[in-house]
Amino acid sequence: MLKIGQSNYDSLRQHGEETYPHECCGVLLGQMGGELRTVSSVVRCGNTRTDSPHNRYDIDPRELVRIQRQGRERGEDIVGFYHSHPDHPARWSPTDLAEAHWFGCSYVITSVEKGKAAVTNSFELTGSDEADKKLLDEEVEVI
Amino acid sequence: MNVVGRTRASVLHAESGRLLWASFITMTKINIPTPLRQYAGKQPTVEVKAATVSEALSGLVSKHPDLRRHLYTDEGKLRSFVNVYLNDEDVRYLQKDATALKDSDTISIVPSIAGGW
Repeated sequence: MLKIGQSNYDSLRQHGEETYPHECCGVLLGQMGGELRTVSSVVRCGNTRTDSPHNRYDIDPRELVRIQRQGRERGEDIVGFYHSHPDHPARWSPTDLAEAHWFGCSYVITSVEKGKAAVTNSFELTGSDEADKKLLDEEVEVI
Repeated sequence: MNVVGRTRASVLHAESGRLLWASFITMTKINIPTPLRQYAGKQPTVEVKAATVSEALSGLVSKHPDLRRHLYTDEGKLRSFVNVYLNDEDVRYLQKDATALKDSDTISIVPSIAGGW
């Protein structure tokens, strides 16, 4: 389950509206506690897939290193990621699964329809390795 | 010479006493990303003695063998989605595995983040 504050939830949805018709992306920092991931901050990232930004996203690893370091200084870990699907359902795609490697983390997807954030869903990457990984629906509690 | 945080490894020729090989080995901190910590004793960082990035990664998987299959292919190559950073630099743009380490260097293992519909 993913627990996230209202302002952080609104922020990631708004990010999708701001980058529309391109995909947005970012990192969720917080605490891991067994099956519960609690988000304490949301960090917006740039989408490096300038060749196809309407249906692809990619976060520069250098940006991830920086975010991970800054998070650790505040006692936060990377607990998940988010991105948007402009004019496309908030469901994971084969590309999302193929490119997902952070097991035990949340992958939040927001559909943005004609520039307005619509549905936001979250999926946990489960499995023990690349061969048996799955993105499973998970509950999102907005607090 | 006052060396702090590193040890000098050397090989002396038994008969002549001549120095045949010497290298500075540093204690390097490796940041473990959250999904891989379960294979690294649940630790966020692991310290290893190493002179190069390659030695550091070898030391890491020696300490925590369960990490190997998550970092390397069956052929022993680093998986394509695993990024290795030395401080803020991608080692692929340095001297790759042979990149030398110095005191206070930090290695970060960062699986890639990408996708789309």
